Amino acid sequence: MTLLWILLLPLLGALVPVITAKWNRSACALATAIPPAFALMLLLYHAETILAGESLRFFWQWVPLLGLDVVIRLDGLAFLFSLLILGIGLLIILYARYYLSERDSMPRFYAYLMLFMTAMLGIVLSGNLLQLWLFWELTSISSFLLISFWWHKAEARRGARMALTVTGAGGLALLAAFLLIGEVVGSYDLEVVLASTDIIQQHSWYPLLLVLFLLGCFTKSAQFPFHFWLPNAMAAPTPVSAYLHSATMVKAGIFLLARFYPALSGTELWFILVSLTGLATLLIGAYLALFKHDLKGLLAYSTISHLGLITLLFGMGSDLAAVAGVFHIINHATFKASLFMAAGIIDHESGSRDMRKLNGLWQFMPITATLAMVAAAAMAGVPLLNGFLSKEMFFAETLHQHLLGSLSWVIPVLATVAAVFSVAYSMRFIHDVFFNGQPKGLTKTPHEPPRYMRVPVEVLVALCILVGIFPGYIVGDLLHAASAAVLAGEVPQYSLSIWHGINLPLMMSVLALAGGTLIYVNRKHLFDFQNSLPDFDALNSFESSIKKFAASCNRLYDWLDNGSLQRYMTFLLFAFVVLAGMPLLSLDTLWGGRQELAVDAVNAAGAVMLLLAAFATVIWHRKRVVALLMISVVGLMVSIAFTRFSAPDLALTQLSVEVVTIILLMLALFFLPHKTPKQSEASRVVRDISIASMVGVIVGSLSYALMTRPFSTISDFFITNAKTGGGGTNVVNVILVDFRGFDTLGEITVLGIASLGIFKLLTRIPLFKPSSDGDGRPWAIERHSLLLSTVSQSLLPLAIMVSVYIFFRGHNLPGGGFIAGLVTAVAIILQYIAQGVDWVKARMNVEYQRVVAVGLLIALGTGVASWLFNRPFLTSWFDYFDIPLLGKIELASAIAFDLGVYVTVVGSTLLILASLGKMTTSHRPVHKDTI
Amino acid sequence: METLFACCIGFLTACGVFLMLRGRTFPVVLGLTMLSYAVNLFIFSSGRLTLRGAAVLGTAEQYADPLPQALVLTAIVIGFAMTAFLVILAIRARADLGNDHVDGKLPDAANMKKESR
Repeated sequence: MTLLWILLLPLLGALVPVITAKWNRSACALATAIPPAFALMLLLYHAETILAGESLRFFWQWVPLLGLDVVIRLDGLAFLFSLLILGIGLLIILYARYYLSERDSMPRFYAYLMLFMTAMLGIVLSGNLLQLWLFWELTSISSFLLISFWWHKAEARRGARMALTVTGAGGLALLAAFLLIGEVVGSYDLEVVLASTDIIQQHSWYPLLLVLFLLGCFTKSAQFPFHFWLPNAMAAPTPVSAYLHSATMVKAGIFLLARFYPALSGTELWFILVSLTGLATLLIGAYLALFKHDLKGLLAYSTISHLGLITLLFGMGSDLAAVAGVFHIINHATFKASLFMAAGIIDHESGSRDMRKLNGLWQFMPITATLAMVAAAAMAGVPLLNGFLSKEMFFAETLHQHLLGSLSWVIPVLATVAAVFSVAYSMRFIHDVFFNGQPKGLTKTPHEPPRYMRVPVEVLVALCILVGIFPGYIVGDLLHAASAAVLAGEVPQYSLSIWHGINLPLMMSVLALAGGTLIYVNRKHLFDFQNSLPDFDALNSFESSIKKFAASCNRLYDWLDNGSLQRYMTFLLFAFVVLAGMPLLSLDTLWGGRQELAVDAVNAAGAVMLLLAAFATVIWHRKRVVALLMISVVGLMVSIAFTRFSAPDLALTQLSVEVVTIILLMLALFFLPHKTPKQSEASRVVRDISIASMVGVIVGSLSYALMTRPFSTISDFFITNAKTGGGGTNVVNVILVDFRGFDTLGEITVLGIASLGIFKLLTRIPLFKPSSDGDGRPWAIERHSLLLSTVSQSLLPLAIMVSVYIFFRGHNLPGGGFIAGLVTAVAIILQYIAQGVDWVKARMNVEYQRVVAVGLLIALGTGVASWLFNRPFLTSWFDYFDIPLLGKIELASAIAFDLGVYVTVVGSTLLILASLGKMTTSHRPVHKDTI
Repeated sequence: METLFACCIGFLTACGVFLMLRGRTFPVVLGLTMLSYAVNLFIFSSGRLTLRGAAVLGTAEQYADPLPQALVLTAIVIGFAMTAFLVILAIRARADLGNDHVDGKLPDAANMKKESR
């Protein structure tokens, strides 16, 4: 449990500066430092166990099916990194207290910093791959916030965006790698993965997952060719640079290399990719660092170079090289963080970071100068300092590798060249800034910083010296424990003593020091040469390529989404043709082996009628009234087809819906143009015909293939149980109101919603009311024909009676609520047509919205009523009663449900048609408050 | 018989799709209606074709599959609601926008030749 608190304390700590924002600055900083200080104590409490080579584990099951658990795992490597993160983090909190000015929002800065600290601790302490990745992304996001802390500066915003893009993209690659590893190993648990070296490396996905994994590491650790974001991230406040960009975040990629070293390393591919990337980064970083005039720029490139060095060490594949890599992680963190802080002090107290202006600062700030010089010497690899030790180990390792076969001797030479430049830029840092004449054009006179601002630098520099002189005593155990975790096994023999006798690595160090001095002295020629090269601005070219990419995405989007419905339909239908057509291609024959029915004359005639009417609808679709008549013929033929093929309920429904639809479309034509202008040019028509025929062919073939296949159905259950369980003999109706009653309830709800939507759409519609038809003929003078009104009036009671009959027989014979409702609606609509709205309104003033609601409530109530009898929703009940005069009658609760259906259908249909019909009169629906 | 039935479904689909690709609202409504016919017949045919076998107990020896029929019955009613909604939407669009093109605006003169309605 204490392990969890190491992670939770900094997270809670993110709230502390926000809460204490009103206190004075020192108190706020102190309060912020308390949670990480406690976390550090908790960590040190475990020190003994960890340094003895054991590891601790906290496990909390979260989403086991996804392999996502909260696992916190503390071993030597995690311990080392946690120590760096918390220790340097505390120093940074102290440093930032003095670095940030009164105008900067210190609570905001601390909150971001603690958030970052949590994320970073999360990476190193995670024992689950997915959890690790989550924290990995969190570091990208929190570092984005930190880099853009001075968001009023364009440079900071751009730098932050770039860092987020590069590391975020790498994060996605890493996620892919983790998912692949999870697939291969079958677990996301780190310990399982680390123990599955052979499974991973012998899998055919190994090259892919390794490349993705390395992309994640290299982007985060600013390895060539992704190094360009790091110098631009220097727009961040210096405490951020010191913390994120030297000691912690950029080391996350290195950490991952070390963490997965047991599982992924040891192959040819690993050697080549990791060591060559590291070597290139080492050289390029060291060379470019020399030419940066900005103090932080120099340090940024130097960081890149040192990260390359560590990467190279991990790529060499020998156990000793890995130990050297871990050692250099410690050393680099100490001397680089102190150098960044020193650069921050110089910037803070002299107002500039430009080495062309900063000269001779020794006389103004001797103590800071001394500290910076020691740290820079450690960076250069001067004996008796920590940098020297790990660099010696590095040189020794370069001599013992065989990466490039017979050309392997190139690597120690190149390593020495990089070291030469490293010495040169370190000398430039010291000599240009602290000596070399007088300051030029500084806005303020430099002076020593506040006492406590220097403390963090002093602590770190002291560490550099102590480690440099008593390496075994200070870091021996830590290095051993961390190396054991990296190597997952025996740590080879190594010696941390300062003096190994006069050997080749020492000669390389001497050569580097001498060569570096020589280059620094003659730097003028090199600067001239470098200046003659074309200038390459990473930031601008990065942003312009991003812009180009976004522009091409926009073009693609505009092409796809040009606002034309016809185009979308074409895409959609084309996708249908491809997706539905492909499987048909692999089918040998459409016929599925079922005997076809014989064609008789009636069916043939009906089919011909249907085809002709459909064709006529298309041909005459511009003459809208004619097309409407033709499509009604199609509908009629469809209902006849239902009759022929044993579906009387469908036929009745189709017929009554057909009537209602045609009335509706007729009414609609009153408000729409009566003719469609001729527009489509020939090519468009050809395209549409070909798409339409392809879709038709596919659907027809599918239908044929389906119909000719033998089938088994679940309907036998319904047929067997319709009478005994549902109390009706019309199976279709029993399915609707009983077996699948819940579906029907949903469907009438949809019907009700649609009708209400229509009512709403027609409210306050800015309508123009044509006084004549499309050809300019005035509407008939006689509004309501006498004949029609007389007939319809006498027809109404008859029609209602028929619908009642259809309703009641529905449970046992074709009929039911749907059909009865439509018949009733048609009868009432006929009254509207024959007599006009005024006449109907005077006699039947009903708000149809209420009818819909009542119908839905009846249906719902029937369902709920079952609960009263402790039965599930919509359980039906039926029994037989002997009623005098009528005889034996069956009463079923399904009848009540069907009544709900009936009322809803009547209400919805009338609401739709009457609302539209009323548009032609003064009774059009309007908002009451607008009248 | 199945061949003829499938031909009808295919032809209705093709007609429906062609009308749906027109540029004015009314033909699109007609196209959707036509497509609903085709789809209803398609779903209905998944219960296979049966002559003289209405699923009313005691009236036949071999019953037609009642399940697709029940599905299609509600589909017809919902199809009506959808058509109605679409028609009203078309009317409203014409009232608000002043034309009955599916995109809400007539293709402008320059594009007339390229982009048909």
